[in-house]
Amino acid sequence: MFDRRLLLNFDWTLLITVSALALIGTASLHSATSGWMGGGTPLYLKQLSWFGIGLFLALLICCFDYRHLEHLGSHFFVINLALLVAVLFFGKKTMGATRWLDLGLFNLQPSEVMKVVIIIAFARYFSRHGHFRGHRLRELAIPFALLVLPVVLVLKQPDLGTSLLILFIAVVMVLFAGISRGVLVFLLLLAILGAGGGWFMLHDYQKERIYTFLNPERDPLGSGYHIIQSKIAIGSGGTLGKGFMQGTQSQLSFLPERHTDFAFSVFAEEWGFAGCLVLLLLYLFLVMWGISIARRAADRFGMLLAVGVTAMFFWHIVINLGMVIGLLPVVGVPLPLFSYGGTSMVTTMIGTGLLLNVSMRRFMF
Amino acid sequence: MNSDSDWSGKPDLTKRFVALSLVAVVVFLLLLLRLWYLQVINAERYQALSERNRIRYMPIAAPRGPIFDRDGHLLVDNRPSFGVSVMRQDVDDRDRLLERLSFHLETDRAQLEARLEAGRRFPFYRPVPLADDVSREMLERVQENSLDLHGVLIDVQPLRSYPYEDAAAHIFGYLGEVTERDLARLQGLGYRPGDFVGKTGMEQTLEDYLRGAAGQRLVEVDVLGKELRVLQVQDPVPGNKVYLTLKRDVQLAAERALRGHAGSAVALDVRTGEVLALASVPSFNPALFARGITGTEWIELLQNPRHPLQNKAIKGQYPPASTFKIVTALAALRAGVATPNTQVTCSGSFTLGNHVFRCWKRTGHGVTDMRKAMRESCDIWFYKVGLDLGIERLAEMGQEFGLGQSLGFELAGEKQGLMPTRAWKRQRMGQPWYDGETVIAAIGQGFVLTTPLQLAVMTAAVANGGALLQPQIVKRVEGWDGQVFREAQPEVIRQIDFGDGNLAAVRRSLDAAVNEPQATGRASRIEGVRVAGKTGTAQVVRLRDDKDKIVRETPYRFRDHALFVAYAPADDPEIAVAVVVEHGQSGGATAAPIARAMIEAYLGLPVSEPVAPAGHYGD
Repeated sequence: MFDRRLLLNFDWTLLITVSALALIGTASLHSATSGWMGGGTPLYLKQLSWFGIGLFLALLICCFDYRHLEHLGSHFFVINLALLVAVLFFGKKTMGATRWLDLGLFNLQPSEVMKVVIIIAFARYFSRHGHFRGHRLRELAIPFALLVLPVVLVLKQPDLGTSLLILFIAVVMVLFAGISRGVLVFLLLLAILGAGGGWFMLHDYQKERIYTFLNPERDPLGSGYHIIQSKIAIGSGGTLGKGFMQGTQSQLSFLPERHTDFAFSVFAEEWGFAGCLVLLLLYLFLVMWGISIARRAADRFGMLLAVGVTAMFFWHIVINLGMVIGLLPVVGVPLPLFSYGGTSMVTTMIGTGLLLNVSMRRFMF
Repeated sequence: MNSDSDWSGKPDLTKRFVALSLVAVVVFLLLLLRLWYLQVINAERYQALSERNRIRYMPIAAPRGPIFDRDGHLLVDNRPSFGVSVMRQDVDDRDRLLERLSFHLETDRAQLEARLEAGRRFPFYRPVPLADDVSREMLERVQENSLDLHGVLIDVQPLRSYPYEDAAAHIFGYLGEVTERDLARLQGLGYRPGDFVGKTGMEQTLEDYLRGAAGQRLVEVDVLGKELRVLQVQDPVPGNKVYLTLKRDVQLAAERALRGHAGSAVALDVRTGEVLALASVPSFNPALFARGITGTEWIELLQNPRHPLQNKAIKGQYPPASTFKIVTALAALRAGVATPNTQVTCSGSFTLGNHVFRCWKRTGHGVTDMRKAMRESCDIWFYKVGLDLGIERLAEMGQEFGLGQSLGFELAGEKQGLMPTRAWKRQRMGQPWYDGETVIAAIGQGFVLTTPLQLAVMTAAVANGGALLQPQIVKRVEGWDGQVFREAQPEVIRQIDFGDGNLAAVRRSLDAAVNEPQATGRASRIEGVRVAGKTGTAQVVRLRDDKDKIVRETPYRFRDHALFVAYAPADDPEIAVAVVVEHGQSGGATAAPIARAMIEAYLGLPVSEPVAPAGHYGD
């Protein structure tokens, strides 16, 4: 029953890369929150325990063949969709957004889980309906329908960041699966029109963020404050950084949300360009490794699964970094393995588990 | 395997993987480039910004130098005072904060708001003071509610304190916040908006010595403006110690004796020209200015008809009246138009042309020589002698005594007075000089105007044998390390030549004017010490009929000024005194006892109450 090859083929490279990133992230979190008063478990220890739970889940996922997911995909999708609807009615409201379901033991954020579920759903659909020469519009109707429902539901929460992520992950998977040139042009035009129309659907605070992104100085103490302070933190790190726990921007609380969305800024201030280079190379390696897992996958489902998970990592990293260094508007996307938060950590580790799973079963036929 | 075989083209899939990888690498490269731009190219700029974020320069005001009297008695000191100020960028809710502070400090909200507004011209890192010298109870209230008062700081400032309250206030002067104009004038000297600067008196004159150098505290703050640690402290350098030439006891005696009057008293050391006392009443309490004078208090001071803000010792200009007879006598003796033995018969009046000039004593003094004329202040003797002398020679002597000209005294605002001449009148009024004007000038009336300080300098010159001394008020300026920056040296403006024996004769007359029977200045007599002096009563308006009767009914502002100049001890003078009491009516009765009190204080004798002995003193 148990195949020895599974152990022999275990992807230590991936696990070590992910663990290294999580440990660097935890150390940085320790620095970012060292000045915090108040009782309770320090945040970095909590984060470490989340990583432990995530690791356990990842290894758990390795224990069964990912191909079973192909059959379970539709069930997951329906359940997750139901949870998103439930959020609309029974969700816990925090800071103007309703994203969480109180499950007693912990709070669940169904939109986060949706990122993984949509990957499974798309992988399942495209592995079954492969058209190498490119999908035509008719064949994209089902994935489009699969996508629209969750994206709209997540937008309603409102959670622009997550809905965009779901969209972007899906786009990468569709493009990878192949799409006919005519459809591509048509969809591009549609996207441009949609973006124009979407502007009017944005909440005021979201529009504000985009204005501020375009010109942070316009509101230096309000919504521009985050990005200005983040740039100051990163820029003042210089080439070699101010040293661990020596970042004045973060230690003195000038940097807001430094344990969540702006965790990277803390790291950049303390480790400078040199540290950022190492960190970025690690993340790039993670993405490249994900792509190589996809490439070596034993079957199409596994390949698409790996592409989806890698796309999820990629967008998280790029959007978060782009946001904290002032290249993209602030949309509230965590940096995988770095930003504090149980859901983000668990989602990332489930993704990692899927990658490990695909990777170790690449020799199985 | 799935039936869809379109997926099997391996080489094309490789292309897609390569494309994916390329996109990833390019995007990461972009991120890295951006980081390079922020962290390497612009590092310095952002480092400066982050420093500005976290470091705050908190100025520490330097205590101003203390002021002592010549014997080292502390006259002006500093005490700690607590102020409430606000760091503008730390305020999250301005309106609420003002509301709360207005409640805690029991101050009008509009007033706090105005000061906050005024603080807009401060550099961003400087706290804006909202309330000064707040009481302990208020301070405690602010401290207790500090969590509720974001951005509010409590600072300790040294504040001027005056152990003798309003004594010598005109000499010390007061401080005020620097104005825009001051700042322009003091550019480059390190003054900043909100600083205090000497506005009048010695505080102004000795500003450079007294101000010291502000220190600063470099503190690290967090985003709430909370001080986390002090990075560096540069202690302020207190201002230098100033020793005035004043003698505390003489100053206090003068002010006490003048109490209830308006006027001034000056005492000089006749050997050095050092000012021993320079009193002007009514005075004001400079502490009002130290803690920030209110509008009402200021207007009250400005509108007081007795002008408490005016330093009457240097700014008050009065006819010297009979005290000027010293000048007339010396000029006449030097010119040879009279000798001490020149006799004039005083019948109570003197007719020149169709004008009758009267002696203060209606019944006349009879046959009068210089000594008697001086002792009893006979006007007729001086009318006649003055007429023979002429205004030019009289004015010359007056000018040699420094009358009618600025003495270049260190306190700002000194008035010149006036010593009239023919040329002056022609130029000023376009009229010729009349003999009648010489006659009244000879008894110190008419155009002649002098300041109490000038009278004191004149008296000192008489006492010391004719040396007109530069009056000085700064004895020594000394650093805290004992380094002496400046020290008073006696300075003779000129040596006046009176001719042989003339000064001695006048001095004997002045001795007589205090010590002999019938002397007008006898209220200045002191047991065991010979005082020499001269009374004066300056007419404010001409009173026609019986003086005694009218005096009681004359409104205050029409009453005569009372003057007295004196020196002591008569045979070896040390101190010269000039006293002017506005509307004090009689020099002998009102001014002489004040001079006595000052001389007593100088000599360390028990100071008698300045109550004139009974009887009429005449002029």
